Amino acid sequence: MPNYRINKTEYIDETKRVSFKYDGKTYFGYEGDTLASALLANGIHLVGRSFKYHRPRGIVSCGAEEPNAICQIGSKKDLTEPNVRATELELYEGLEASSQNCWPNVKFDIGGINNFISPLIPAGFYYKTFMWPKSFWKKVYEPLIRLSAGLGKSPTEPDPDIYDHKYVHYDVLVIGGGVSGIIAAKMAAKNNLKTLLVDDKKILGGSTIYQNNESIKIDDKLSSEWLKNEIQEIKKLSNLTIKTRTSIAAYHGYNFLLAKENLTDHLPEEKKKNKIRQRLWKIRAKKVVIATGSIERPLVFNNNDRPGILLSNSINKYLDYYGVTCGENIILFTNNDSAYETSISLHKKGIKNIIVDLRKSASSELIKQAESLGIKIYFNHVVTNTFGYRKINSLEIMKLSEDGNTTVGNKIRLSCDCLGMSGGWTPMVHMHTQSGGKLDFRDEDQVFLPKENSEDQISVGSCNGDFDLENIIDKTVNKINKFLDIDNQDYQDTNIICSKENDKRNIWLLPNKIPLGKTKCFIDFQNDSTAKDIKLALKEGFRSIEHVKRYTTTGMATDQGKLSNMHALGIIADTAGVKMGTLGTTTFRPPFTPLTFGTLVGRNVGKFFEVVRKTSMHEWHVENNAEFENVGQWKRPWYYPKNGENMHDAVQRESKAARDSAGILDASTLGKIDIQGTDASEFLNRVYTNAWSKLAIGKCRYGLMLNEDGMVYDDGVTTRISENHYLMTTTTGGAANVLSKLEDYLQTEWPELDVYLTSVTDHYSTASICGPNSKKILNKLFPNLDLSDENFPHMSFKEDKLKNINCRIMRISFTGELSYEINIESKYGHSLWKMCIEAGKEFNLTPYGTETMHLLRAEKGFIIVGQDTDGTMTPSDLQMDWIVSKKKYDFIGKRSLYRSDTIREDRKQLVGLLTDDPKEILEEGAQIVSDVKSKPIDMLGHVTSSYFSPNLNKSIALAVVRSGKTMKGQKLIIPMENKNINVTVSDTIFLDKENKRLNA
Amino acid sequence: MFLINCPFCGERDQSEFSSGGEAHIVRPKQPTELSDDEWAEYLFMRKNIKGIQFERWNHAHGCRKWFNAVRDTSNDKILSVYKMGEKPPLNYK
Ligand SMILES: [Zn+2]
Repeated sequence: MPNYRINKTEYIDETKRVSFKYDGKTYFGYEGDTLASALLANGIHLVGRSFKYHRPRGIVSCGAEEPNAICQIGSKKDLTEPNVRATELELYEGLEASSQNCWPNVKFDIGGINNFISPLIPAGFYYKTFMWPKSFWKKVYEPLIRLSAGLGKSPTEPDPDIYDHKYVHYDVLVIGGGVSGIIAAKMAAKNNLKTLLVDDKKILGGSTIYQNNESIKIDDKLSSEWLKNEIQEIKKLSNLTIKTRTSIAAYHGYNFLLAKENLTDHLPEEKKKNKIRQRLWKIRAKKVVIATGSIERPLVFNNNDRPGILLSNSINKYLDYYGVTCGENIILFTNNDSAYETSISLHKKGIKNIIVDLRKSASSELIKQAESLGIKIYFNHVVTNTFGYRKINSLEIMKLSEDGNTTVGNKIRLSCDCLGMSGGWTPMVHMHTQSGGKLDFRDEDQVFLPKENSEDQISVGSCNGDFDLENIIDKTVNKINKFLDIDNQDYQDTNIICSKENDKRNIWLLPNKIPLGKTKCFIDFQNDSTAKDIKLALKEGFRSIEHVKRYTTTGMATDQGKLSNMHALGIIADTAGVKMGTLGTTTFRPPFTPLTFGTLVGRNVGKFFEVVRKTSMHEWHVENNAEFENVGQWKRPWYYPKNGENMHDAVQRESKAARDSAGILDASTLGKIDIQGTDASEFLNRVYTNAWSKLAIGKCRYGLMLNEDGMVYDDGVTTRISENHYLMTTTTGGAANVLSKLEDYLQTEWPELDVYLTSVTDHYSTASICGPNSKKILNKLFPNLDLSDENFPHMSFKEDKLKNINCRIMRISFTGELSYEINIESKYGHSLWKMCIEAGKEFNLTPYGTETMHLLRAEKGFIIVGQDTDGTMTPSDLQMDWIVSKKKYDFIGKRSLYRSDTIREDRKQLVGLLTDDPKEILEEGAQIVSDVKSKPIDMLGHVTSSYFSPNLNKSIALAVVRSGKTMKGQKLIIPMENKNINVTVSDTIFLDKENKRLNA
Repeated sequence: MFLINCPFCGERDQSEFSSGGEAHIVRPKQPTELSDDEWAEYLFMRKNIKGIQFERWNHAHGCRKWFNAVRDTSNDKILSVYKMGEKPPLNYK
């Protein structure tokens, strides 16, 4: 097996060998490696196939910007993760990774044929081709594309890992632990500011930490040595927290940032167990220092995507940090000084290399150093083509013309096994723009820079466009002093020597003799878009960068165009003949690197997913087999199946029992609002449609509440407890909203009213007993209470004690039966319920759930707000004109009741429906028509509630139908998939129109 | 995620608040006197401007108080908060 590990470094522990599997084969690396560095040490460059053309692709970078080395980690159904960048994944014993984007395997890839038919796959190909015929999309195109595009596999079982969330507050947050970030953090922390420094890597130091060129020095030390000292220093600072392996995912307004801390992803399987895998930090910082650095740009030339072609600085890092050389015969292709550092470092370790430089000449100290070492430099030359299928084996260069627009002279062919590209540096302005900052364009080196630094955030170092060390340190120190309003002198006398200069020759699309249509000059490696695609998009009329991006898919892959966006912009600007700065950029959206769902969700999984509200009687319902229904956050008994009953049978039994003898419902979830104050009556007058002033103490009244637009919003019964004290009930789901609406009116529109609202929903438990025998049961519970109709009539309220505990008893009915609601302090709710059940035994008191409740009220034609109404129903639409006071001058929604639209006669109105076949039960939501032959069929309305009534022995339904009020007796049709159901419009009250049962 | 300075509780995270839309729209005292158009103006018409906007906020998961805020919608900065019934600060138009 080849070994490309040629250099000993302090970051690789060669005493700790680590075995791992890649595409099923076992390899070895060392502790300190990333998956990418370990693969390169084993001579593996080929790690995937490109998305569209299935071209072989190799590792390009050493960080978050990696477009190609994307892998699937693990193979378990619950623990497998796609789209992991091998360049960021730390190696651990037992790691299993496989390449994505290749089927059947990386070396023989069936989609590779796309490479040969690529002239047929231009920009917008997918939009243009797979649109037709439509029926082909689902069955043919999509499965094929998915199979061969290989976007990775999601786990199919729940994630067993533990994730965590943490909220923190800091005076200063520093993002990025390179030179400038370390300086900023030190300055802040030493000035008594509580500071957090985060860096996504395992150790601090950025790219300076492995710098070893003698001509780049700080205070007479190698810059890397100097920085290591600084790191030792800041670790001693007590008010500085340092978090490595922590990356900022999003920068929101008001300096609210989300960071992901990786805690176990680098540990072997057995050490991961029972530990928190990732932690999401929710950070509020008074000030944020962005020191995220910059990433090297590739160069755009023909066949610039072969395995073995990397960014030049990445070659340097693999060598000096990981001890791995990316080849033995390397060519560096550059337009600036950076590649010379790589070249000299390679040279020192005995790796033969030559430089191809776009510039006509250059004369910095660094270049002189390279020349003196005898490194061959081709100035004013350009790479025009590369060769080699699974890995680069040679390339061609040509001389550039004076203006750089064409090539001249003869091709020179050079053999190599690795090519480094350096197109200069792109400041990482993502954080700045995510925070709302704007960008400026600097023409001389063609970079976007943070435009203004606000008082809340600032960019320093190379993310601010300062590329040479002297500039970085000086400017960072000055800016931080100003930004934090401090006067730190630590770096006053720091002496910096840097042999690098900043000049560069920027050409976005490098010239070539071959026509562009026949070249493959890749811009976006991951999404396979080329310079040709961009030009085609422009030719087809696209101008906006956002449109070109979507049409060509440039920058839309998982790397979000970190390497590609600048070139796309540059080529658009060049082609369209406009200045690049005028084009703007695409939006930099969070997250900066992908986040797992686990991190976002944290501990809110399983039973912690949502708050669950249970009534005091809940345990009894569970013990008695209730099936539950979620109503908002509440768990409500839905029905109580007995002896294997299904829902229908249980509901039929419960409904019949409630009307034949007695039923009991847990009504604790109804919203309850305590209303007190001298203006309480006036307040109710204003919020309900009916009149309240004359309601006697001890009486109850049903009320309907509208929105200001006249539409029904909520309903419920309110009881007058004393002169200035009412208890309002609301629907279960509407409780919180009703309270906040009422508060809104009280605080903003009617502050003069003396009214106080308190939510008491959770304070009381409610058992509602109905049916002809309910009075007898009540008599057993409250033997001293006079239950006669004279003393305790329908719609009235009494207080009594149950074993010395106060109860509020309302005689009100939502079923049409004689009915009592007993309210007791919640802690006694369970006992109350059990006593009711005990007392009701001899009367077959049957517990019923929400489904039976719905059925019973439907028999009586009582509406349920939210089921029979949908925010477009007025009281009149519901045939409830009787509850709207004509006398009251004003109430919420009154004026809207006679807007031109609300008085239309042909609005949808609530009606009853009876099926011609009494056994046929309608589907709720089914459409209603009068004629199935016309085309298009005129839709008249829909079914809102539908049940089989055991008490009437027939199917009943409520529906909203256009002009329904006038249609009683009329035949209508419910067209279903297989049949048309004939129905007749009826009254909404199906049972006991005379209300005899209320006083049975 | 905003930090909102509740005039009653102090600075709190946005997640504790709910927004109530444009401020200083007074419910007409005599709605019945209004034409359909006038009522519609009150009921439906809201500004949605880029720049300084006066808004209602409710500290829903806190003191439950409603208050007004001046927000620059172009950068989401809340420039001022003031209690219900108080006049908006004069320096914002
Ligand atoms: Zn508050």
